[in-house]
Amino acid sequence: MTQRRMAAIAAAFMTLVSAPFATAAELPKEIKIATEGAYAPWNFVNSDGKLDGFEIDLANDLCARTKIKCTIIAQNWDGLIPSLQVGKFDVIMAAMFITPKRMETIDFTQPYAIDPTAIGVAKSSDLGKQGPSTEKIKLEDEKAAQAAIDKMKPALKGKVIGVQSGTQLLAFVKKYFGDVAEVREYKTTEQHDLDLAAGRIDAVVVQQTNLAAIFAKPEFADYTAAGPGFVGGILGMGTGAGMRKEDTALKTAFNKAIDEAIADGTIKRLSEKWFHADVTPVK
Amino acid sequence: MFEKIHLLGFGAGGWGALLLEAAGITLLLSALGFAVGAVFGGVAAAGKLSSSKVSRVIASTYGTVFRGVPDLLSIYLFYYGGSVALTSIARLFGATGFVGLPTLATGVVTIGFISGAYQSEVYRGAYLAVDKGQFDAAKALALTRIQMLRLVIVPQLLRHAIPGLGNVWQLVLKDSALISVIGLVELMRQAQIGAGSTREPFLFYLAAAALYYTIAAVTDLFFSRAEANASRGIVHR
Amino acid sequence: MIDPGFFLEIFPKLVAGLPLTLKLCGISVLLGFVLAVVLALAQQSENAFFVWPIRAFVSVFRGTPLLVQIFLIYYGLGQFRPNLQALGLWWLFREPFWCAIIALTLNTAAYSSEILRGAIRNVPRGLPEAASALGLSRLLTLRLVVLPLALRQALPAYGNEIILIVKGTSLASIITLTEVTGLAQELISQTYRAMEVFVAAGAIYLLINFIIVRALELLEIKLTPYRKR
Repeated sequence: MTQRRMAAIAAAFMTLVSAPFATAAELPKEIKIATEGAYAPWNFVNSDGKLDGFEIDLANDLCARTKIKCTIIAQNWDGLIPSLQVGKFDVIMAAMFITPKRMETIDFTQPYAIDPTAIGVAKSSDLGKQGPSTEKIKLEDEKAAQAAIDKMKPALKGKVIGVQSGTQLLAFVKKYFGDVAEVREYKTTEQHDLDLAAGRIDAVVVQQTNLAAIFAKPEFADYTAAGPGFVGGILGMGTGAGMRKEDTALKTAFNKAIDEAIADGTIKRLSEKWFHADVTPVK
Repeated sequence: MFEKIHLLGFGAGGWGALLLEAAGITLLLSALGFAVGAVFGGVAAAGKLSSSKVSRVIASTYGTVFRGVPDLLSIYLFYYGGSVALTSIARLFGATGFVGLPTLATGVVTIGFISGAYQSEVYRGAYLAVDKGQFDAAKALALTRIQMLRLVIVPQLLRHAIPGLGNVWQLVLKDSALISVIGLVELMRQAQIGAGSTREPFLFYLAAAALYYTIAAVTDLFFSRAEANASRGIVHR
Repeated sequence: MIDPGFFLEIFPKLVAGLPLTLKLCGISVLLGFVLAVVLALAQQSENAFFVWPIRAFVSVFRGTPLLVQIFLIYYGLGQFRPNLQALGLWWLFREPFWCAIIALTLNTAAYSSEILRGAIRNVPRGLPEAASALGLSRLLTLRLVVLPLALRQALPAYGNEIILIVKGTSLASIITLTEVTGLAQELISQTYRAMEVFVAAGAIYLLINFIIVRALELLEIKLTPYRKR
């Protein structure tokens, strides 16, 4: 086969599979944003079967500000980073924490939200009796963090903790509670919620906003958040939008839009709409 | 549980339409995957019957591997590995940027690859089941090789292949549920979404099971008809 | 493209899931076989009261995906905790391991009972007739004549069924059990090296299959001493 024929076949083949994405440093006119669609109220499928939630509203707002036409799609959590890298979509907005490990492969905008972790348990359990605390503990402050962890540990001894696989929350649970409790990994948080309700597991670890939404449902009337909220350290630097490293123009545009959305109170408004709490990052 | 049955209805807050649409995607995914598998299977069967040792080894390795490893593992290979491979192939030809297959296409190719491994066995068996005298007769009539295959061998081969293909089809239909793990909203995935959203997993998985069962039963009928049709005038001994 | 160092790194990680894969497979094949024999024999009776529910069970479990069955048993029945507790069965349904075993067992029992039923039907009619002419009871005829012949005839098809169950154990990874495929998926999403992980994990499964096929071949030779090969 001549080289020209091969090139022609290759070209035909490529138009067949998909048009190569523009990756230059110029701002694209159209992008695809991927979310998970199973993490209420950040992103979820509503009762009409449509994507909805804080990040859906925020994505639409950021797209309007940057004048980019956006399509939002749902994608499995496990596949988000690899699929971003191979160009199945251009942006991840899926309550993903910004961490150094992830930044080895992809890039992030500045955080658009900071939301501490929370542990959900039955009210009647040892930890449930300790009750929730409004305290926020930075994991960088090792002394305070260790004291808080040590207070909770005995109550979790021999218990089963459910957490979503591939998340920083999993890394957090393994690091701080892995020596006393059994950690069970789930594909989505909705699945560990079902198992918590069924009594197969004793605790779940998610973000405070997510836990509040879960426990607002009637079947979780006997459940409560327990202990303080944790931020920073292994949990990363807040929640941001993930992008490919080479898409620098897109990142700059999104950062600017996030700045504006923080400054004019849009993030605060959306946050109160969805979470009844303010998750606006403090600069 | 049954007081919640309206969740499966077609009115406001009912998931009936979404589930039916997803069942359509399942049918589409399976049919396309089966068709792609026919191509892979045909080529692999030819490889297995070929006189070249290299072809035989390649074809039988393909069959052994994709019939032997869990289909879920093959799906992960195509899902995570497929785009990476396509992108590097495209780069070989001087393209820049990324090449990705849409989720449906990834599912179709994956199912095609797996079912091709099974179909190759069916075609090989069917070819060997064609009476040797038919080849001699075709030669005696001075048919060319192509004419012989098209007019004499393939029609008979298909008759022998239909029952086996029916089994592979049922396998494909059930395998298509696994494609839910890569995020394609087919029947299984839609049931999961519904179960998560309404917290009624039993109802939604039961509905999904009923839909799969219906599709399997109806398509099975189709294959039996085809089998009866293809064996018209054949004397069973 | 293939990096031997990487293989050495991932192989032990994948092998760590092997005991779970083998346990899932071993227990469900054993339980499923026993259930399949019972179901196949029960269908020999002409009593519609027995036959009809069994046919329905077999048809449903063969006509729906294993994944749906696992989800229905795990997440679906999880909804009925109070009822299951009242029945004293919750300890079983509480554990993902046992839910996977239940699903795999019922699934393989449905397929295997059909294989056995076909094999029993294919036993030449003259043999049980001869046995009853010798004065053997129906039960003895079944035990001494029909079943041994049917089992031997069913062996090749049953071998394929065992391999399908080995493959089916991979679905347990979807209900939090990290067996070989679950570990493979974790490794792929961490390293993005799908091909290498696939080859390593695939080799483990192919080895299991190979051992099963060989073992059944030896069993077949042992059961047919007069048929020298």
